[in-house]
Amino acid sequence: MQSSGSTTSSLTAAGRGVLAVLRAEDGDERTVAAAARLAAPDGAWHAILVENAQTRRRGEAARLRTLELLRQAQARGAVTAVLEGPDAAAVAAGYARRHGCATAVLARERASSWWRTPFLRRLALVAPELDFVEVAAPAIAAAPPGPLPDPHAPGVPAPRRYLAAAGASLGTALVALPLLPLLDVANVAMLFLLTVVLVAIRLGRGPAIVATLVGFCALVPAAPRRQYDVSEFKYGVALAVMLAVGWITARLTSDLREQAQSAIGREARTRALYEFARALSVALQTEQVFEITRRFLARSFEARAAILLPDDGGRLRWPDAGVGSDERAPVLSVLDMAAAQWTFDHAAPAGAGTGTLPSNPYLFLPLLAPMRSRGVLAVRVPDVGALLVPERRELLDAFAALAAIALERVHYVDVAQDAVVRMEGERLRNSLLAALSHDLRTPLTGLVGLSESLTLSRPPLAAAQMELANALRDEARRMSTLVANLLDMARIQSGGVKLNLQWQLIEETIGSALRACRWQLAARTVETDIPRGLPLVRFDATLLERVLCNLLENAGKYTPPDARVTIAARAQDRQMFVAVCDDGPGLPAGRENDLFEKFVRGQQESPISGVGLGLAICRAIVEAHGGRMRAWNLEGAGACFEFSLPLGDPPPLPDADPEHHDNPISQHEH
Amino acid sequence: MNIDAAAPVALIVEDEPQIRRFVRMALEGEGWQVHQSETLRRGLIDAGTRTPDLIILDLGLPDGDGLQLIRDVRAWSPVPIIVLSARIDEADKITALDAGADDYLTKPFGIGELLARVRAALRRQHKAGGEPSARIVFGKVEVDLHMRTVQRDGQPVHLTPTEYKLLSVLLANLGRVVTAPQLLREVWGPSNADNGHYVRIYMGHLRQKLEDDPAQPRHLLTETAVGYRLQP
Repeated sequence: MQSSGSTTSSLTAAGRGVLAVLRAEDGDERTVAAAARLAAPDGAWHAILVENAQTRRRGEAARLRTLELLRQAQARGAVTAVLEGPDAAAVAAGYARRHGCATAVLARERASSWWRTPFLRRLALVAPELDFVEVAAPAIAAAPPGPLPDPHAPGVPAPRRYLAAAGASLGTALVALPLLPLLDVANVAMLFLLTVVLVAIRLGRGPAIVATLVGFCALVPAAPRRQYDVSEFKYGVALAVMLAVGWITARLTSDLREQAQSAIGREARTRALYEFARALSVALQTEQVFEITRRFLARSFEARAAILLPDDGGRLRWPDAGVGSDERAPVLSVLDMAAAQWTFDHAAPAGAGTGTLPSNPYLFLPLLAPMRSRGVLAVRVPDVGALLVPERRELLDAFAALAAIALERVHYVDVAQDAVVRMEGERLRNSLLAALSHDLRTPLTGLVGLSESLTLSRPPLAAAQMELANALRDEARRMSTLVANLLDMARIQSGGVKLNLQWQLIEETIGSALRACRWQLAARTVETDIPRGLPLVRFDATLLERVLCNLLENAGKYTPPDARVTIAARAQDRQMFVAVCDDGPGLPAGRENDLFEKFVRGQQESPISGVGLGLAICRAIVEAHGGRMRAWNLEGAGACFEFSLPLGDPPPLPDADPEHHDNPISQHEH
Repeated sequence: MNIDAAAPVALIVEDEPQIRRFVRMALEGEGWQVHQSETLRRGLIDAGTRTPDLIILDLGLPDGDGLQLIRDVRAWSPVPIIVLSARIDEADKITALDAGADDYLTKPFGIGELLARVRAALRRQHKAGGEPSARIVFGKVEVDLHMRTVQRDGQPVHLTPTEYKLLSVLLANLGRVVTAPQLLREVWGPSNADNGHYVRIYMGHLRQKLEDDPAQPRHLLTETAVGYRLQP
C-alpha cells in the first residue's frame, strides 16, 4: 500500500516529528505535555485538534479548553492546527504524513463502548507507519501507588461474607436440586463442592465452611425416599464425603489464599523498601533525603513524616518551616520535640505504638547509622493501630535505618567535599609559599654577599659605615632564616615533606645547630648539658636542626644580650627530651602553649620582629616525628622550650673495636 | 693550570648578576683573575677555553643542570669545582659531590666561608701534586701519619683502629666535605652502605677524644645530612 512510501518520506522529510492529537477530552493536557517532552530539543512537533460532530457533542467549554491548550503548545514551540473532518483518524493520518510526523501522542480513552473501535485502533489502521504513545488517563495516572495492603484487613466485613457464602450455597441448591432426579447425587455434590471452592478462594475459610454446611443441609431434606436400602446409603456416603471434602477444601484454599495474600504483602513491602533505597541512593543532600523519606512514608503509610536533625550540641533542631508549599509537613509541638529528644538521647523508639509516651500522636524512631545516631524520624499515621501491626513496624524500622544510612552517607559526602576544598586551598597556598620562598632566597644571597663585600672593601670603611654594613649583613641573614622557615612550613604543610629518618646522635645535631645559628645569640653564653652515652634517636637531622635553630633564634630575640642559654638533653621513659632554656624575661603566663600556633607572638605589638612562625614550625616538625613540644617558665626567671622524640629500637652497632670504651649504648653499664 | 701566569684564573658559572658580582669581588680581592658565564652552555665553552684553576658553579642554571658541567669537566680536568646550591635538598649536594665536585656552599653564604672553601680546595690540589706532609696539626691536635700517633695538648691519645682510619680519611680531605656514604665505603667497606649510624657513632668517639667540647666542635664538623669536614 502507500504506507511504506509515506513512511520513508516522513522519515526523510522531517526526521522524527511528534504529533499530539487532541480530541477535546480530559486527557488533552497530558497529551500536550507528553508530546513536548518527547520532541527533540530542536525538532519540530505538532499539536492538532480534529473537530467533527462527535467532538462538538462534548460541549463548547471542552472545546475552548482544548483551544487554550493549543495556544500553550504553540508557546512551547509546537506547530498547531484545528482540522475538520468526519473521520478524525483519516484527517490526523493525513496531517501526520504531510508534516513528516513519525510519532503520534494520544490520550487513552476512558472506556470505549464495545460497539465502537477505539480512536487509537482506527488511527493505527489508516496510518500503520506511525509510532504511538498512549498517554495514561488522568485519573488513573495521577493516583500514586496505593498504601500497602494489610494482610489482616479483610476486604469485606465478616457478616456479609458469611451471608454471601450461605447465599451462594442456596443459589447452587436452587439450581441443582431440581436436577436431582436427572443427575446422580454424586454429581450434584460436585456442584456444591465447586461452590465451596469458589467461596473459599473469594471469601476465606469460615464462609467456605458455612457454604459446605448450608449445602449439606439443603441436600439432606432432598434425599430420595424411593429406595430406602442401597440408594439411601449411597446418598449418605456422598453427603458425608461432600461434607469432608468441602471442609478440607475450605481449609486448603483459604490457607493458599492467605499465603498468596501475605506473599503479595511481602512483595509490596520489599518493593517499597527497594524503591526507597534506590531513591535514597542518588541523594547527595540532606534535603533530598528529607524529601524522599517524606514522599515514601506518605505513599506507603499515608503518613506525615519529618526528619529531625541534631545541632552540634546534640539538641534536635525544629524542622524547617521554610518549605511553605508542602502542607504535608507535620507540625510538632514542644512536647513532641521533647519526646523526639528522648528518642535521640536514648536511641530507642518512643511515642505512638511504643511503650514510651504511647499517647503521643507521633511515632519517633531513632535514625541509627553505623557511626552514630543521625537524628529522629517523626511519623504520624491516620490510624495509630496500624503501627501495632508487626510487619508495618518492621517496615517503618527498615525505612528509618535506610534513611539513617543515607544521612550518614550524605554527611560523609559533605565531609569529603569540605576536605577536598580545604586541601585544594592549602595546596594552592603552600605552592605559592614555596615559589615565593625560593624566589626570595636568590636576592637574599646577593644581599648577604654584597653587604659582606662592603665590610671587606678596601680602603676599609669608617667605623660608622662598618657598623651599618654589619647590621645590613645580619638583617639579610635573619631574613634568609625567615624565608627558610617559610619554605619549611610550606613543605611540611603541603604534606610533601618526606622525613629523612636516620639514627642520629643528638649531640651531633645540637653541635651543628649551634654552629649554624650561634651568631643569632651574639654574646650570650651557651651551655650544653648532654650526658655521654645517650642512645641513638631516629630523626631527620636537617629538620631537627631547624627546630634547634628556631629555639636558639627565639632565645636570642627575647632575652637581654648578657643572658645565658642552656641546651640540655636527657633520655627518660623511652623518650629523648631536649630543652632549650634561658634566663630572660620568660613567657606570658597562661599562654605558653598558644605560642606554637601560627602567627602568635608572646606580646602583642612587640617591638621585636618575627611573625611567630618559628615555634609553629618547631611544633610541626616535632609532631611529624611523633614527638611533643611544650613550653614553661622557670622558677625565678627564664623560659624553657622542650621537645620530646620517641626512642625506638636502635639498629645493631658496628662490630666493637677491641679497645674502645665509650660505646654510646653501653655507657650506663660502665 | 696557568703555572707561569701572574694571577690564577677562576670561572664563575652563575645566572644571578648580583651573586656573580660579590663572588667576583671576593676572588679579585684575593688576587684572582675572574671570568664569568651566565649559562650552562657558555660555562661549558669557557671551562674548555679559559683553562681555569677554579670553577664556582651554580647548580640551578636556566638552561640546564650544573651537574652536567661537573661530569663534563671531570672527564678531562681535576680543576677544583665548588658548587653553589639554593636547593634545600641535601641529595642534590651529595650527587654533586659524588660526581666530582670538591665542595659546596648553600645559599646564602658568607664571603669568609667562600674563601675558606677556595683555599682548602686549592691546598688539597697542591698537596696532591707535591710531597704529602707527614705531620698534620689542627687545633691542639697533632697527627703523625708515619708513626700513626695522635697527640692532644702534647699528650698521646689512644684511638682504636677504626677511629684512626676514619680520622685519616678526613685528614686526607682536610678542609673539604666528605660525604657520609664515602666515609662508610672507605672505612667500613662497600657492604655497610646502609649503616649510616656507624659514621655518626665513631665521629662521636673522635669528638670525645679530640675536641674540647664535643657538643660544640671546632674541627670535626658535621655538614648536616651531607657528611663531615675536618676544619684545620
